[in-house]
Amino acid sequence: MSDPVSALKNIFDDTGLVRVSEIGPIGMVTLRGDLSDKVLGKAAVAAGGVNLPEQGQCNTEGSQGIAWMSSDELLIMCPYADVHARLADLQEKLAGSHALAVNVSDARAVFDITGDHLREVIAKLAPVDMHPDQFNGTMFRRTRFAQVPAAFWMPDGRSARIVCFRSVAQYMFDLLKDAAMPGSEVRHYA
Amino acid sequence: MLTIHCPCCGVTAEETEFHAHGEAHLKRFGPGSSEDEFEGYLFMRKNPKGVHFERWRHQYGCGKWFHVARCTMTLEVFGSYSAQTTEPPQEIMDIIHDRRPDTAAGPAR
Ligand SMILES: [Zn+2]
Repeated sequence: MSDPVSALKNIFDDTGLVRVSEIGPIGMVTLRGDLSDKVLGKAAVAAGGVNLPEQGQCNTEGSQGIAWMSSDELLIMCPYADVHARLADLQEKLAGSHALAVNVSDARAVFDITGDHLREVIAKLAPVDMHPDQFNGTMFRRTRFAQVPAAFWMPDGRSARIVCFRSVAQYMFDLLKDAAMPGSEVRHYA
Repeated sequence: MLTIHCPCCGVTAEETEFHAHGEAHLKRFGPGSSEDEFEGYLFMRKNPKGVHFERWRHQYGCGKWFHVARCTMTLEVFGSYSAQTTEPPQEIMDIIHDRRPDTAAGPAR
């Protein structure tokens, strides 16, 4: 077996306003189907290890969780080593359902940004109102970061986790580093 | 810059998170239609100065299609509504009539 390698080999930068680090690889399964279906819901909960999230939200617990991607799509996250077993279990439970579950772990890159200025770093790149009254709690947002699609949430008040396609990992890292350039504080949310 | 609301996932964002896909409520003319009807379906689009009904997609978000009613002159957005309809819902028409009393606006048939 070859060892799994993340896109940027866990590169990090802590010279800017926030610490930017590429993490992972992380196990990710895309699940599409009727989210109101009981069988699908139970199978997703078993695979993600958390309750089903409401619209626009995610539930995470350590390295596992479920995010609401759209009205017919969930993103199930788990440790990379567990993804094959969880996917096999999921597919077995959904054998009789009109649903689709695919392992997308290797198609993704994941970044963590940490620090006091993370809201403004995100606000520089994404068309999202990052005011604490507007983006908070377990909210999960699919959007764009400059020119590439991405999704993010805030596991806690001081950090955010960003998911994008693996093919644009370097672009995303450079983007986050640029937006966190020392001296570029806006202090809009201070 | 337009501020668009996606009725499919509840997100409101500026237009760059979305993509416009042209006139809404087109009637399809396929096999068996006349050449004029087929040409009209493929190529003929309204280009109004004022109220317009459009198809939009939440390109970088939930990926779903929906409809938007807006004014092409002032860029005012009257509202967005489900793509699973052949005509704008009454609440959207009420807003348009309220904002543009002299418009007999409705999509072309
Ligand atoms: Zn949406």
